[in-house]
Amino acid sequence: MSGFASLLLREIRTAWIGGGLWLPIIFYLAVATLFPFVTGPDKALLAATGGGILWIAALLASLLPIERLILPDREAGVLDQLNLRGWSDEWIAAAKIAGHILAFGVPLMLASIIASALIGLPEERLATLLIGLALALPALAGLGVTIAALTAGLNGASALGGLLLVPLAVPILIFGAATLDDSPGNAMQLLLAISLAMTALSPFAAGAALRAARE
Amino acid sequence: MATGQAIDAAVQLDNIAVIRGGRLVLQQLSCHALAGDIIWLRGANGSGKSTLLRLIAGLLPLASGKREVAGSLAMADENLALDYTNTLEKSLALWAGMDGASASAQADAMAAFDLSALAEVPVAYLSAGQRKRAALARVLNSNAQIWLLDEPYNGLDNANSSALDDQLIRHARSGGIAVVAAHRPPTINVADTISLSAQTKIRAA
Repeated sequence: MSGFASLLLREIRTAWIGGGLWLPIIFYLAVATLFPFVTGPDKALLAATGGGILWIAALLASLLPIERLILPDREAGVLDQLNLRGWSDEWIAAAKIAGHILAFGVPLMLASIIASALIGLPEERLATLLIGLALALPALAGLGVTIAALTAGLNGASALGGLLLVPLAVPILIFGAATLDDSPGNAMQLLLAISLAMTALSPFAAGAALRAARE
Repeated sequence: MATGQAIDAAVQLDNIAVIRGGRLVLQQLSCHALAGDIIWLRGANGSGKSTLLRLIAGLLPLASGKREVAGSLAMADENLALDYTNTLEKSLALWAGMDGASASAQADAMAAFDLSALAEVPVAYLSAGQRKRAALARVLNSNAQIWLLDEPYNGLDNANSSALDDQLIRHARSGGIAVVAAHRPPTINVADTISLSAQTKIRAA
């Protein structure tokens, strides 16, 4: 479908214009900046714990854009117009997720390089962190869009979004943080597996949520 | 401007009922429209005009009855579906691209509703009437066979109201169907007028 690419570009543009791009990145970098103030400038300690903190920061940063992912488009009638043109709800969700990976995941990866420098992460750990985030971010984007579709229009949607995302993202966090001290690569394989499963299922879950909310 | 489609447009609703939010909004309603028909929907506020349009669009489930729609659909309702931060031309181009309309076709559609001078203006700065015209330009540019227009005359000045009349007549002549919900009586020949009554809202079980 030719509209997929234009919808994907629109997602990136909306994120850029609406501040949805910068807010998670600034949050992520703020955590990386503040963390050494809390632990003190102990290089060994920062190198050992910094990667895990960046994983937590990435997960929490993925909560921030949830409110603007689905609700504005539903209220503006964009979802109706897509349905009218024969788009299935799953296909809309897939375009949203793909756009969110690019608009949220890619900038976060770039910010990770700056963040790891702020924390003083050794280079080989930075490489592991970047590979791990690259594997996990599609799953986080899929979860984000699914939760956005589930909570759009509800009272206290953002609080509910946090409540839903945190438990669902725990497997990603466990395997993701484990990749940092993982010489044979077992955690990386498990991270890849859980991320693939979540990414593959999320368009269907988000599509079902979009359909249920349409009335 | 429905051209080139293989099938004839048709809208057929048989004895339908719609329940929204636990309330029976429409019941025992039938509507048959064939290619070239303009259907005029009238009724008080809350009588279910928009609901009927959304039902034809396939955006609402039926509680009972039968809905058959043949042909491509375009809808202009109270939701603009244009990006407020983007210019009018680019916002419309998103949908034009999906509908397979060329840039010159979009320029023609914008000219038909006197929007050419506003092409570079962000949608957020358009007036209510201008936004209505933008939604109508999108419908015109969609090449869809069936137009669903919710209060399309609201906010339009006399010149643009007659421009809309002209476009509706052209659309019907080229084999299209239009379902128009409006408070004013039709100023063009219509195939049928459906009057919806603000019926007593029975709570559904």
